[in-house]
Amino acid sequence: MPVDSFKFLPRLIAAIYQATDLQPELPIPWTPVSRPLSELKFGLVTSGGLYLIKDQPPFDLEREQAQPTWGDPTYRGIPTDIQQDELGVSHLHVNPQWVLEDIDVLLPIHRFKELAAEGRIGGLADHAYSFMGYQGYPPDTRVWQEVSGPRVAERLREKGVDCVLLTPS
Amino acid sequence: MPVLARTLEKAGLSTILVTMMPYWAEKVGVPRALGVEFPFAQTLGRAHDAAQQRRVILEALRVLESAREPGQIVHSSELWPQDPAEAIREWQPTEPSPIIREMAPKIRSLLREQRRKERRQGHE
Repeated sequence: MPVDSFKFLPRLIAAIYQATDLQPELPIPWTPVSRPLSELKFGLVTSGGLYLIKDQPPFDLEREQAQPTWGDPTYRGIPTDIQQDELGVSHLHVNPQWVLEDIDVLLPIHRFKELAAEGRIGGLADHAYSFMGYQGYPPDTRVWQEVSGPRVAERLREKGVDCVLLTPS
Repeated sequence: MPVLARTLEKAGLSTILVTMMPYWAEKVGVPRALGVEFPFAQTLGRAHDAAQQRRVILEALRVLESAREPGQIVHSSELWPQDPAEAIREWQPTEPSPIIREMAPKIRSLLREQRRKERRQGHE
């Protein structure tokens, strides 16, 4: 059975998605997986609005409150040895409770360390990256595409990362 | 988020997106995705359910290693073990986001208009 993308969406939010007309820009980029996953290093990227309470500013929700058609396009580097109580969430569009209880629902650092220990994957990078999913309405992802996305890609590649698992929120 | 998958892939990384909105991933055009019929905010499975998270991740890794061309979207058969109405309530923030607050009246009137139209068509 195909997944129903609208099963858990209130009508109002479903209507916004359905009213947005979009065609994929071709060609879709492609980097083939050339070796077994057991030889490849993984990075994790989420749009859950995660940050380190101690060292990092939250995403700019004050500006979003004042200017609702805008969303913060920056990112935060999250060490993959982070403790649950060091995690902050700034995201006005989802309930932050779940990831604050269990980081693995968005950033599966423990699951990936288990897979690395079992030899199913080659390893996990020492930093994951978080964006904040709301990029304004209508969505404006230019900074993601031109600045923050390429910078995160560069940082991951510098650390020898081959593959990335992405989790939206 | 599908846009970020494209951006990272273009920069030489092989990506796999796990998404509750495969509809959107298809519209943007992603290299590889696993669609899950889950609510927002718990993308890989329920909080504290390590077994479910692991099943979803392993399924995603299979998509990553088996896809041979871009645009591969696989639909997971993993089930969300909760009543949909309750899940809808639980993933949303306690306060509507600023944009939803701003747009709600306009969208509600569009939805009302759409329902009226459907009812009229039903009578014809």
